[in-house]
Amino acid sequence: MAYSDKVLDHYENPRNVGVLDKDDPNVGTGMVGAPACGDVMRLQIKVNDDGIIEDAKFKTYGCGSAIASSSLVTEMVKGKTLEEVGEIRNKHIADELALPPVKIHCSVLAEDAIAAAIADIKAKRTEKDSSEAVAS
Amino acid sequence: MSSLNIPIYMDYSATTPVDERVAAKMAECLTKQGHFGNPASRSHPFGWHADELVEQARDNVATLLGANSKEIVWTSGATESDNLAIKGAARFNVKKGKHIVTLKTEHKAVLDTCRQLEREGFEVTYLDPMENGLLDMDAFKAALRDDTTVVSIMHVNNEIGVIQDIAAIGQITRERGIIFHVDAAQSPGKVAIDVNAMNVDLMSLCAHKVYGPKGIGALYVRRKPRIRLEAQIHGGGHERGMRSGTLATHQIVGMGEAFRIAHEEMDEENVRMGALRDRLWNGVSDMEEIYLNGDLEQRIPGNLNVSFNFVEGESLIMSMKDIAVSSGSACTSASLEPSYVLRAIGRNDELAHSSIRFTIGRFTTEEEIDFTIAKTREAVEKLRDLSPLWDMHKEGIDLDTVEWASH
Repeated sequence: MAYSDKVLDHYENPRNVGVLDKDDPNVGTGMVGAPACGDVMRLQIKVNDDGIIEDAKFKTYGCGSAIASSSLVTEMVKGKTLEEVGEIRNKHIADELALPPVKIHCSVLAEDAIAAAIADIKAKRTEKDSSEAVAS
Repeated sequence: MSSLNIPIYMDYSATTPVDERVAAKMAECLTKQGHFGNPASRSHPFGWHADELVEQARDNVATLLGANSKEIVWTSGATESDNLAIKGAARFNVKKGKHIVTLKTEHKAVLDTCRQLEREGFEVTYLDPMENGLLDMDAFKAALRDDTTVVSIMHVNNEIGVIQDIAAIGQITRERGIIFHVDAAQSPGKVAIDVNAMNVDLMSLCAHKVYGPKGIGALYVRRKPRIRLEAQIHGGGHERGMRSGTLATHQIVGMGEAFRIAHEEMDEENVRMGALRDRLWNGVSDMEEIYLNGDLEQRIPGNLNVSFNFVEGESLIMSMKDIAVSSGSACTSASLEPSYVLRAIGRNDELAHSSIRFTIGRFTTEEEIDFTIAKTREAVEKLRDLSPLWDMHKEGIDLDTVEWASH
């Protein structure tokens, strides 16, 4: 299969590979996919008090396009607010990487990973707010 | 490392380069100065010469099988041979019964042919192999019925390289009067073949896995007891009516020469292949969480099929771009499905997804093997560093207990 230059670039030099502390209240973790399907993505975002994503890390088990999609997403989300990031659609990722039709599911998975990470941080913050409310 | 030609070819089970000696013979059959005649032309020396060469090639193929040259029918390759053998024998014997027995790890040329016969009203039993890839003889015997007319079991598996006990199967089918077809696309030059000792009735062959050209194959069709087939391609009545079409002299001569060389050099070549394969396996087998697919003993010397757990096969191939290998098999590498052969021997989806087939051959060198070891280790380490599954494994999490988000 022929890969686009952008996929190859992200694959050869993946950006922001790594792990953030999943127990940190400012870190949202999204893990999507399944080993049996051939791809699992873990995307983590670190969000400051202004709701801006300061850092993002990923690890992915999957094909080159899945790795490239998650690497690209970490670049796309940094410096953006949760609301802005929530607007990212798989089409943006697929277009940017020029993914062939059989690899579109990789970009869908990356969109799911963003949504899962946002949901995680929002859940953490709601929990924190409610426990603070109880305390005061 | 100066003599290394990158990328390194480690996919000899997909196809092989044509041996120079074979190419030279083929080139003599094409131009005006050469033997370009139609072997079916009986009225002039152009035809007679071409016919002589075709018959010499037929002898060479028959010799490797321990067969008579009259039992060799030229086809376009093993896929056509499989079709002719299974459809031809099943349809010819339809009055005796409509039951066929085969194995789940057969090549698609056999499985899809059987599927087609199912659509025509035949009944097919697809047997599960054992975990080592070999046929379970008890299950096999139990599957045979009074209306079983054809059994089709491959000699050497294309993905995992395991060798089935053809002689043991042949003894049973002969006793029961069932036609025994063997897809032997992968075995000439790698495993000794004797169609009489093995009681094989039909055997599919091709040239391009044996350093011959693509586009030519043969079907061995037993004469005593005589096996009759319904032709699949009709025309000028070539090949005793079993396969019409003008014989491709240069292709046939190529296959004949390739089989002659394979027969002559097999013993020596296999010793060399085995040593190279063991060198490759010894170079990677100490890595954590790797699994050899298929039996190590009952296996051709040139094949190594390994699953690297927690790494996905396609990305592994991508990061091993200096080495030409395949994941699953070349026929299925365009799809996203894990290898059906590995699933059939009981590997889970993850391990089936993370498999690499290394197949070495006549032109593989020690230097290439060492380079492959280094590249493979580097690629697996890189991808495991990227893999969330590897992290989880290292944390002691059993992945089977995780509830995965479906997609």
